[in-house]
Amino acid sequence: MALSNRHLLGLDGVPAEDISKILDTAESLKTILSRPIPKVPTLRGITVVNLFFENSTRTRISFELAEKRLSADTVNFTSSGSSVKKGETLKDTVRNIEAMKIDMVVIRHASAGTPYFLTKCINSVIINAGDGRHEHPTQALLDMMTLREKWGTLKGKKVAIIGDIRHSRVAGSNMRGLVTMGAEVLVCGPRTLIPPGIEEMGVHVTYNLDEALAWADALNVLRIQLERQEKGLFPSIREYHAEYGITRERLKRFDKEIVIMHPGPINRGVEIDSDVADSDASIILEQVTNGVAVRMAVLVLLSGIDAAHES
Amino acid sequence: MLKIKATIIDQAGLERTLTRLAHEIIERNGGAVGIALIGVRTRGATLAERLVKKIETIENHKVPLGILDITLYRDDFRKRLKQPCVQVTDIPFQLDEKNVVLVDDVLYTGRTSRAALDALMDLGRPASIQLAVLIDRGHRELPIHPDYVGKSVTTSLGEEIQVRLMENDGEDCVLLVQSPEEA
Repeated sequence: MALSNRHLLGLDGVPAEDISKILDTAESLKTILSRPIPKVPTLRGITVVNLFFENSTRTRISFELAEKRLSADTVNFTSSGSSVKKGETLKDTVRNIEAMKIDMVVIRHASAGTPYFLTKCINSVIINAGDGRHEHPTQALLDMMTLREKWGTLKGKKVAIIGDIRHSRVAGSNMRGLVTMGAEVLVCGPRTLIPPGIEEMGVHVTYNLDEALAWADALNVLRIQLERQEKGLFPSIREYHAEYGITRERLKRFDKEIVIMHPGPINRGVEIDSDVADSDASIILEQVTNGVAVRMAVLVLLSGIDAAHES
Repeated sequence: MLKIKATIIDQAGLERTLTRLAHEIIERNGGAVGIALIGVRTRGATLAERLVKKIETIENHKVPLGILDITLYRDDFRKRLKQPCVQVTDIPFQLDEKNVVLVDDVLYTGRTSRAALDALMDLGRPASIQLAVLIDRGHRELPIHPDYVGKSVTTSLGEEIQVRLMENDGEDCVLLVQSPEEA
């Protein structure tokens, strides 16, 4: 049941069968997390390096937990305090790390395409944990897993992604994955934060939040990166909240339950109000739990492929 | 097509064998109280389910039934060309202090049983674990010995045992077949 690619660089071009396989495996693995001893020996002897060139709490802890639940050996690398500060190139850094005999690399980097670049430098299995504004595949997989758990299927479901689409790798991977799985996707945000021509990815576009709410079965609310405001992409946090903030009053206008997701970290009172984020319709914490399961599934499925390719 | 060399157990025979195994389990444990049956996916689970029904008929006591998926505990998980699908372990009761009877269809190298033992230990601390198998075909690679055996069959390495059950395969029988590589 190996996947069709040896690495997970993004969801671009990943077939629906692979995504289903990852989600099915993740659902099975999730049951391990609630056991008295939440650990299985599957990846014993496998060494995974978590290379984080960018800040992260959730993703890094989630990957590390997933690795440990599967009994892999893990090494953590953060660029602060490393030789990167002494001017070592990325290629040299990873080739040196690989020379210490490792099997898999989980990488987060501010530049799009870094995981792909690594596949050209080293032989280890590469898993993308977020590259620039490009993709964050495991986030999209955990979002899809959480929605599939809620609905039983993704086919024909309507998911609206709200906020800064332009700078969001979460949106990048979600759009690709959801469209592959037969869901309908709509992106909504200020014109300055939606790249022109995005319809070519097979998604709908609106600049009006009420239109998005009327259409959607679920919202994936993206974090507004506060530094964007300084660049003049929107006038003020307050104005953003007034136009695009998800509030209880706003949701009340629609006579249906809309599932609320957020990839975190939340700016409460900016893109989403606290009472919405903590409401019954919110599956935000379920997303976090599923994140560990989905990353376990990716690690398990990619760990076996080497042998398959060699023989 | 696989070449069938012999039918080891037919439908009526399977029924009798399972009835005997149920009696042996009860006899050895002095009744049905305190026992739990755990079947190894896929056919071990089916066999365990049938044994639970038989024990209930004999003793009028329904023993707890669990299903174990050992995929993640296999020692060849990463080496296999086709990784098996990871499925759910479903044991809806506490294992602690139970006399657990592990049920599998065929005992061969002993590696599956070893993996199952490890998986069980991660789930709790049973009072004891006994091993029940429908067919013991020999060729052990580990020091594992069954407590209850439906039938011992002498086989060569080029042969395979196929356990076919109504619930999984639409018929009840055990066949001795030639392995595809050898045929």
